[in-house]
Amino acid sequence: MTVQDQTPQAPGGPGPAPDEVLRAEHLSKTFGAVTALNDVNLRLARGEVLGLIGDNGAGKSTLLKIFCGFQQPDTGRILVNGEEVTLKSVTQARSLGIDVVYQDLALVNELSVYHNMFLNREQVRWSLLSNRSMRRIAEEHLNEMGVHIPSVNVPVASLSGGQRQAIAVARAVFTNAKILLLDEPLAAMGVKEGAMILDLVQDLKRRGDVSIIIIAHNYSQVLDVCDRVNLLQHGEITLDKASRDTSVQELNDIVVAEYRRALEERQRSA
Amino acid sequence: MSEVTEPEGGFILRPEGNGTIRLARQGLGVFGRQREATVLIVAVALLLYFGLSYRSTFVSSVNLVDLLSEYMAPIAIIAIGEVLLLICGEIDLSVGFVYTYVPFVMYDAIMYYHVPVALAAILALLAGVVIGWVNGFITVTLGVPSFITTIGTGFGLQGLALVVSHAEPLPLPTAWNSVGKWLGIPGNPWQWAPLIWTVVLILIFHVVLVRSRWGLYTIASGGNLLGAREAGINVGRIKYGNFMITGFLGALVGLQTAFYTSSADPSGGGYAPMFNAVIAAVIGGTAMLGGSGTILGAFLGAMVLATLDDGFTIAGISSNPLPIIFGSAILIAMIANVQLGRLRQAGRAL
Repeated sequence: MTVQDQTPQAPGGPGPAPDEVLRAEHLSKTFGAVTALNDVNLRLARGEVLGLIGDNGAGKSTLLKIFCGFQQPDTGRILVNGEEVTLKSVTQARSLGIDVVYQDLALVNELSVYHNMFLNREQVRWSLLSNRSMRRIAEEHLNEMGVHIPSVNVPVASLSGGQRQAIAVARAVFTNAKILLLDEPLAAMGVKEGAMILDLVQDLKRRGDVSIIIIAHNYSQVLDVCDRVNLLQHGEITLDKASRDTSVQELNDIVVAEYRRALEERQRSA
Repeated sequence: MSEVTEPEGGFILRPEGNGTIRLARQGLGVFGRQREATVLIVAVALLLYFGLSYRSTFVSSVNLVDLLSEYMAPIAIIAIGEVLLLICGEIDLSVGFVYTYVPFVMYDAIMYYHVPVALAAILALLAGVVIGWVNGFITVTLGVPSFITTIGTGFGLQGLALVVSHAEPLPLPTAWNSVGKWLGIPGNPWQWAPLIWTVVLILIFHVVLVRSRWGLYTIASGGNLLGAREAGINVGRIKYGNFMITGFLGALVGLQTAFYTSSADPSGGGYAPMFNAVIAAVIGGTAMLGGSGTILGAFLGAMVLATLDDGFTIAGISSNPLPIIFGSAILIAMIANVQLGRLRQAGRAL
């Protein structure tokens, strides 16, 4: 397999650049005998959309969980806005502006749209929920983002998959996320619904105040909205290129080569 | 893929389905959201039936005390705890034995340690909270399903009650009634105390469930456990808390019954009040699988069970067939819940 060590193209070179919002250096993580991440280096510039792609089990989810404070790396360090941080919890990562939209959406079907948007950051007055105010703000925010749903009062269960994903993204941005991690945003979604989400990402990119990492194992869907892609294979980043310098074809070739190699190995050992 | 990644600016998310289906679904939605409506109709119908048929006996202050303070209050108060636990995906089968056991905590504190009655009553309530904490510890921290945890702790408490009482009911001295009257003792006006406790607790916990963070997180914990955790909600704390609330409420009912009957009875409590409370919660619209439920519905459910129980006695019908009716009620309520849920799913799939 060709390991392509590309020189980072974002400004700044090896040191943290002023417009670099996230940098990971030498991250490693093992679970028992399994090495999930091995010396991973990654950087994200302000307003950039980075595609983090790789096969199932390549370590994408582990990396994501480390960035959002759900898990801690065994070694390595993380810099947010040039400052080294230890991400101990989801709440702490969030306070640094890192938020994540999970594959399973983390929405509570039984709760209304606006309660979901405010989940764990509710507005309260004398310990009682300020529902009217939360409802109004949620409505305004969704309108502003161009997300249209029948009503913010309906339970999330009554919305479609695309609507729910849009709500989840809107929720993250709404809470002032500066670094947004989207975990498989197009998984289990039809073409039209997927287009909605990609449009939402492009809209956020146009605004430029949010930096996004899209985690996807189907890169053909996301390549066009990404500025840059990192390919993760067996816990290592093996490719780092601007989207315009690579293609679905190139990525395909790498993945096909990997499958071929795995197949050969299997047949040899059999 | 290119036509996918370059959509026209802005997008509108429309509710799927045509008008008729949407209307049908909204209708079902209202039915689903207002699940209290069904049990309210049943409760009112039963009250009207017994009230009109047996006016002189059913609508008397003696019988209303029986109905509301003796039959309904214990079921409704324990049901509050069960609703909260069922919503967050747990259940407490031991709460009836908290009810059995804690009067002996109070009794022993007064008799052997000369603790003032009021303080002893508070200690007994705290014992209920501690038992709730133990249920939470075994379930949340040690990871045992609450169904099993609380069967175990329930047996333990039953045994404790039998040991400390030597399996004999202990009469409570009337001198203790100066404290006991606040929880409810026979005679006017203190006989109404259990009802007042019930109404106040129902209102408080209704507000907690629908208007507080605690309620929201309870729903989130049962609706999407992982999602709630990912949102940063301390799910364990919510479950611990709801076990402790249930323990407290079980202890309260135990003390109330002890004072009302002037005795601490090791054969009191047990599974019956607990199952009645769970039945009240379920026919009131609380989902056994978590994520949704209502305190007001459980109150109405308790009202239905109490009216049946009391009404049968008034009507002079043998109470032997009562379990058949209770069993049927829970089955019908569950079948309705499940089938309505299926209809809603079908509506969405269309």
